[in-house]
Amino acid sequence: MTKRMWLPILAAFTLTMACGGGSGDAGTSQPSGSNLGEIKIGVLEPLSGPNASQGKDVLNGVELARDVLNGKYPEVNIPKLTVGKITLVSSDTQSNPQIAASEVDRLVRTEKVVAIVGTYQSATTLTASERAERLGIPTVCGSSSSTALTERGLKWFFRVGPSDKTFAETYFDWLKSIQAQHPVKRAVILHTNDQFGNDGAKIITEVAGKNGTTIVDDISFQGNATDFTSQVQKVRSANPDAVFTLAFTNDAILFVKTAAQLGYTPPAILAFGAGWIDPKFITALGPMANYSITRASWASQFGDKNPTAKAVAALYEKNYNQPMTENSAREFTAMITTGEAIQQAGSTDPEKIRTALRNYKQTKTIMPWKGIKFDANGQNEQSAGVIEQMVNGRYELLWPAEAATTKLTWPAPPLTGR
Amino acid sequence: MTELSQAAISGLLLGSIYALVAVGLTLIFGVMDIVNFAHGDFLMAAMYITFFLWLYGRLDPLVSIPLAAAGIAILGVVVYAVLIRRVLKGPVLSQIIVTFGLLVFMRGMAQVLFTANTRGIPDPLVGPVRLVFGGVVAGGAQLTAAVGAILCTALVYLLLTRTELGSAINAVAEDADAARLMGIDPNRIHMLTWAVAGASVGVAGALLMNFFPVTPEIGAGFGLVAFVVVSMGGFGSLQGAFLAGLAMGVIQDVVGLFQPAYGFAAIFALYLLIVMVRPQGFFGTR
Repeated sequence: MTKRMWLPILAAFTLTMACGGGSGDAGTSQPSGSNLGEIKIGVLEPLSGPNASQGKDVLNGVELARDVLNGKYPEVNIPKLTVGKITLVSSDTQSNPQIAASEVDRLVRTEKVVAIVGTYQSATTLTASERAERLGIPTVCGSSSSTALTERGLKWFFRVGPSDKTFAETYFDWLKSIQAQHPVKRAVILHTNDQFGNDGAKIITEVAGKNGTTIVDDISFQGNATDFTSQVQKVRSANPDAVFTLAFTNDAILFVKTAAQLGYTPPAILAFGAGWIDPKFITALGPMANYSITRASWASQFGDKNPTAKAVAALYEKNYNQPMTENSAREFTAMITTGEAIQQAGSTDPEKIRTALRNYKQTKTIMPWKGIKFDANGQNEQSAGVIEQMVNGRYELLWPAEAATTKLTWPAPPLTGR
Repeated sequence: MTELSQAAISGLLLGSIYALVAVGLTLIFGVMDIVNFAHGDFLMAAMYITFFLWLYGRLDPLVSIPLAAAGIAILGVVVYAVLIRRVLKGPVLSQIIVTFGLLVFMRGMAQVLFTANTRGIPDPLVGPVRLVFGGVVAGGAQLTAAVGAILCTALVYLLLTRTELGSAINAVAEDADAARLMGIDPNRIHMLTWAVAGASVGVAGALLMNFFPVTPEIGAGFGLVAFVVVSMGGFGSLQGAFLAGLAMGVIQDVVGLFQPAYGFAAIFALYLLIVMVRPQGFFGTR
């Protein structure tokens, strides 16, 4: 074979690599229960590829919710389903929006699922929910936060967790409360170049404008970057009072390490969850992870006030050998919501499940929210966010002030020499 | 100005790692006309070796360099003996499929064995080291990686140009049948080439682990860069790969300074441009 002949092959390979690789996995089957028998729910998460560790975390949350709904843990104060037994058919998005959409097709047409829970990343939720809309199957989303998802006028899409708009407003409510000591006049946004990052940046800029904060630079990067030098340099030269970040795990780690190498410590990193709350972010960075601030919609500290949340978090830690994260808590809640809607519908007809979701009202959740009630766009209008700061490798609550478990450290001490 | 110098210096440091990753790829291609699509995944394996030596043996990545190099050299020899040797005489398509299959297999195995979790070493020895010249910073981890990469590339270069083994490798690359008539065993030379290529990417993996987190997917990005470096430098050319690696690092960081979202895209744009003007790359002859 001549060297020239390799060129087109190499080009084809490059394209294939860009599309990612891997395979999905099959669901579990359980004996059928009462009248509806087996109720098949599709779970679509990134189980291979760059976001697989977070994908596994959220899948654990969904599986725990299934077991609770099926009555495996009567000690948890969530009523078990009496209409049937939930079976999950889990599938892998590979972090790829096209694959997410085609997997919805497969789940609905071949596996005959009656609802879909997922898909963690906003970029894949965008395409998956559009496909499900066309097929007339409800999608219940836990942890994708891109605001645009619930501004598309979809009839079959429901999000239990807060949108980034809610999160951004929470950030600025909190910043307002500390503005005497730590005014944020100039901020930078550092974000991954995808649905989550770009939409988040847009929303932050919007909310910042209303609150008198100028976004002096909007810096984006391609996910799974090989280098972060230019991004760190851009942030440093903008000299901001705080840095808003939207990034997944690898990028979050590399950003902090590169900043440390270049001798720059942002005064405050205000993260939008994602990589910043992955337990692996903390183990890979050690003390350098400390003092990161994140928005969250769940915190283990709430367990002290909410016995159900405490029991669920304890079960999660026991079963999966790592602490429950806000991602797994949100996805757990999405699955419970789906199950309870099916219970209320008393049917596996997707149309009836959708109507039940539309009318769904719940005040008891494991989340620090007033409850769950969907608006016309499918957004849970009662969800809310909290602000946390990492102290000694663990996130502690800063806001709401009455629930705070730690005192704010601002500016963060230098990354090197911690 | 400081900003620009910083971007250029950081780019050179990054580029030398790109170059070292590409060395093994270009070497194997130069000697036996095989593109190892799993090359980036050899890097991934080296990073995991380094990580687990640190996790269970508390060995610093610097200490693990020879171990990772040896580990991946052995992996290279095994891959050659078990897979490559058999398809060398087979149809072209099997040569393509076999290393691509290896890529999928290695990534899948890594996810099964090590899970998809991101792993990093929080406190490498060189972590706190920083060199500062007039406001321009060279981080210890990157600097060590660059120095290691340059030394390792130079060693491979000397091996190829100054030793009897190097002459034998070159002879087999030129014409395996003629080399056989001169008493050189091409099979043995091929195996040694895979060992040298494995060792160089093993060193790269250990050096990267000082500042880079590893996941089963890490080979995708670096593997892609290595292919572009090799094509840009000229297939089979070590000097070409080295220059192209440095060029790509600098371009990525300098373009990134102005357009952070497009730093990585810029190197691919440059690659397309070079392929149009000079399809054989900087130093390619064929």
